[in-house]
Amino acid sequence: MRYLPLTGDDRAEMLAAIGAPSVDDLFRDVPEAARLSGPVDLPRHLGEFEVEQAISAMAAKSRHSGVMASFLGAGAYRHHIPAAVDHLIQRSEFLTSYTPYQPEIAQGTLQYLFEFQTQVALLTGMEVANASMYDGSTACAEAVEMARRVTGRHRVVLSGNLHPHYAEVIRTLAALHGTEVVSKPAAPGGEGDLSGDVDGGTACVVVQYPDVFGHVTDFTALAKAVQGAGALLIVAVTEVVALGALVPPGAMGADIVVGEGQGLGVGLQYGGPYLGLFAARAKFVRQMPGRLCGETVDATGRRGFVLTLSTREQHIRREKATSNICTNSGLCSLAFTIHLSLLGEAGLVKLAALNHARAVTLADALAGVPGVKLLNQSFFNEFTLRLPKAAAPVVEGLVARGILGGVPGARLWPGDPAADDLLIVAATETNSEAEIAAFAKALAEVLA
Amino acid sequence: MTVKFTKDHEWIAVSGTTGRVGITVYAQSQLGDLVYVEVPAIGKALTKGGEAAVVESVKAASEVYAPVSGKVTAANDALADAPETVNADAEGEGWLYEMEIADPAELGDLMDRAGYDAYVETLH
Amino acid sequence: MMNRQGRPSTPGEASSGAVDTVLGHRGLDHEEALIFEQGQAGRSGVDLPEVPAVTSRLGNLARKGPIGLPGLSEPQVVRHYVRLSRRNYAIDMGLYPLGSCTMKHNPRLNEKLARLPGFADLHPLAPLSTTEGAVEVMGVLAHWLKVLTGMPAVALTPKAGAHGELCGIMAIRAAHVARGEGETRKRILVPESAHGTNPATAAYCGFTVDPVPATAEGRVDLAALKAKLGPDVAAIMLTNPNTCGLFERDIREIAEAVHGVGGYFYCDGANFNAIVGRVRPGDLGVDAMHINLHKTFSTPHGGGGPGAGPVVLSAALAPFAPLPWVVEKDGRFALVEDDKGQSFGRMAAFNGQMGMFSRALAYMMSHGADGLAQAASDAVLSANYIQARLSDVMTAAFDGPCMHEALFDDRFLKDTGVTTLDFAKAMIDEGYHPMTMYFPLVVHGAMLIEPTESESKESLDEFIAVMRRLAEAARAGEVDRFTGAPHYAPRRRLDETLAARKPVLRWTPPAPAQAAE
Repeated sequence: MRYLPLTGDDRAEMLAAIGAPSVDDLFRDVPEAARLSGPVDLPRHLGEFEVEQAISAMAAKSRHSGVMASFLGAGAYRHHIPAAVDHLIQRSEFLTSYTPYQPEIAQGTLQYLFEFQTQVALLTGMEVANASMYDGSTACAEAVEMARRVTGRHRVVLSGNLHPHYAEVIRTLAALHGTEVVSKPAAPGGEGDLSGDVDGGTACVVVQYPDVFGHVTDFTALAKAVQGAGALLIVAVTEVVALGALVPPGAMGADIVVGEGQGLGVGLQYGGPYLGLFAARAKFVRQMPGRLCGETVDATGRRGFVLTLSTREQHIRREKATSNICTNSGLCSLAFTIHLSLLGEAGLVKLAALNHARAVTLADALAGVPGVKLLNQSFFNEFTLRLPKAAAPVVEGLVARGILGGVPGARLWPGDPAADDLLIVAATETNSEAEIAAFAKALAEVLA
Repeated sequence: MTVKFTKDHEWIAVSGTTGRVGITVYAQSQLGDLVYVEVPAIGKALTKGGEAAVVESVKAASEVYAPVSGKVTAANDALADAPETVNADAEGEGWLYEMEIADPAELGDLMDRAGYDAYVETLH
Repeated sequence: MMNRQGRPSTPGEASSGAVDTVLGHRGLDHEEALIFEQGQAGRSGVDLPEVPAVTSRLGNLARKGPIGLPGLSEPQVVRHYVRLSRRNYAIDMGLYPLGSCTMKHNPRLNEKLARLPGFADLHPLAPLSTTEGAVEVMGVLAHWLKVLTGMPAVALTPKAGAHGELCGIMAIRAAHVARGEGETRKRILVPESAHGTNPATAAYCGFTVDPVPATAEGRVDLAALKAKLGPDVAAIMLTNPNTCGLFERDIREIAEAVHGVGGYFYCDGANFNAIVGRVRPGDLGVDAMHINLHKTFSTPHGGGGPGAGPVVLSAALAPFAPLPWVVEKDGRFALVEDDKGQSFGRMAAFNGQMGMFSRALAYMMSHGADGLAQAASDAVLSANYIQARLSDVMTAAFDGPCMHEALFDDRFLKDTGVTTLDFAKAMIDEGYHPMTMYFPLVVHGAMLIEPTESESKESLDEFIAVMRRLAEAARAGEVDRFTGAPHYAPRRRLDETLAARKPVLRWTPPAPAQAAE
């Protein structure tokens, strides 16, 4: 077995040193009835080539975004990742290290986390950010929990244009705490002002920017109304590249900004691992969930970095912790940080502009298909169409023409007939003008 | 003014029906360098033995319990920026909050200085 | 004319003193500024095509000011992160005996396969007709996990161990609610030695946490546990093998007793790597157990995540599993995203940690049923070997064989002036990552050593020799070697008090320089 260095002779010598007759003897505390007498009913070990063959055969059964033109978004976006990103995150020192609990020999991880926190704070326009969370949806649910702690209130208002998976995660966790969740109905054509839904018992309002249908909304007035009522405004961003083109949520007055960082560095990965972004105003820092990296000095006065404010966390506070989360999404945050460092200010701004331009071109092309209605006045790189018929079979028709042509409403709001004819479509820098033209042509054919 | 102590290492300096509360010198020495102090909000109702404040070192967070029942009338907000004051002067400038004592009879359950010192001796 | 002058080719006399270098670098150890302290506006490490002119539809919300990111070319960025990487310890560099964390070798095949575009370039909401390959990996992985644990169902979506715990306790809560006992079963028993996540999870789910004491030999006190049982008990959360590295001998009796009062048995599977292939948790009476794919099945720890925490479930709990899940029909697998049944909901957007599923499956298939059992055996053998070879100079916390990790306390350091922390920092100078310290809490000055199955005997012997020498040095009064350690790391000990008192959590641009008078 190529991964196991001990030989038969080694094992015999080690048993002799221990004074045990056999390895089985070391398992003597296991109740006899629970000891297996032989291997379980699974295949025996395989060589590297055989494993690669078997798993590659599985991978080959997928028809991925590299072989079809992909216009899928709705919470996960396909962007080109520079080759340097994957090379660097596979460095042994990053890939095979643990949580930086021994800061003297983990300055590499700690320094990039400090850079990551700074990048997230700058992008969102917030004062502080944590070292990342599982993904955007769990970060969003944690933000709601944090709002409950900060305000001591237990009523939560969710925009109808918040990604339905995010809303579902919030509702699932809220059920544990008796939190009242007010879920507004989805508004594919754009949602009105939610100020009227806030009352003196409201802990927070959660909105998405751009929202799940792609609309870009100014929340400045909402932030004022929410804060006027003593509640917090949580803004979720599922496409982080948008922040290269848009006014940051912090500038609109958001109290907490959460996001999905997958778009930079991480890739699609069929949904995970992803990267939860979490930023807030500085005054809430001790109520924040998740790890935080901070600057300090060593015994000789040199700058260094450590994990800090860890008394909020479960390994110290146990049942009084701010959250049960005890990890971050380390390697994904590194990928994000490297990708963003490569882009830099000019690169991110250009990337965002390119995404927007492609989406404008695509929107105009698709809106020109007979029977198709564009529902957005505003958007970044994603928008929603109303089709003359149910969208799910249309998407299958597009697959047959080599196009992943968007996410049908029924996939996100199953069982809701009002969503059946909706199609959420995204374009990124990876979509060429030729692909866009082919998509419009194929859509016209499928709808004909 | 009389000062009384609890087995959880809080002190309360009583004058009339108000009391000023903090943690003892012994308590701060056990906790080590404090990095954060959370004082209660003015007006908060406290019950004897209930959680009133939190003091944190790098690796530990400890609740500070109310020595008697009552209502918070003042809090030492200066500690927010200078938690080290509790290390330097736990039973003086490092006070945590002041309270209106609901039932002075509850003070009878607490130890005096000599009693507390003897109690601390038993912990070694 | 050719220069015939030679150059010295013998080293000459080495001076012993340290040298102050110009930039603070020390040979291969480079000081490295923050990325924000480097770069120039307008530079970029990415070339993009020209942006076609279009009429903006950003709804008057186009960004007005700069973001504040630095501009660097690719070689600068690569150099920066390579330099940073060299300031980390890693399993690929040496033994990483961090107890309870299972720092075993990460096979590179797994990295290669996880990057196949059929998994990595697949959108989570792609039409189900196009994602068969990924769903098959999920289905096959689920099969392996069920067979290895002897459990009938598995929820794949939890994103880490703690998330798996949350999933398991939510399933238990949902089961109690479904039989009308949601309001009455409010207490969860958690042994004192548990990972901090256990009580945190129970409290997060609205339960009160009732600690169960340990016996003098480091196991759950069965009598004390039974005395705590009652109709208000929702569950027990028990780690097995436990955090002291010991197998809970009474586990089947514990399960029976908890079941007897209508409670469920949640097993924290953090240490499943010690028994995989040799013992099935299903045979122990477990109702739910999370599996840290990043421990037992060696997906890389990545400097603190991402991990994955699938949860195996008994038949009683399976109906409450979170969405989505995989079903198999006639050898083909399908993803179920919508369910009108008893599922307690959704734990995260999308389908779980696909990138970890493919890695873990590659690890499992490489080892096979035989190799997995051998890995568990070797992990346990190696830990016992360390315990046996160190017990005369260090103090083992408990007698008898351990499982996959050896637990020592600090009695051997008594009156030496050296603490567990100092001892750990001295290990850094010796080229090792320290073991887990001060955990579990039930042992004073705990040192928890987990070698894993990845170490050769030569590597174990070297480690043992170093630990023996350090223990002797501590007792011989060589205190400076410990209290000043580490001496040979990129940084000396860091001031954590300063970091926590005045948190600086991000870089901020320096204040603009004052105009010259």
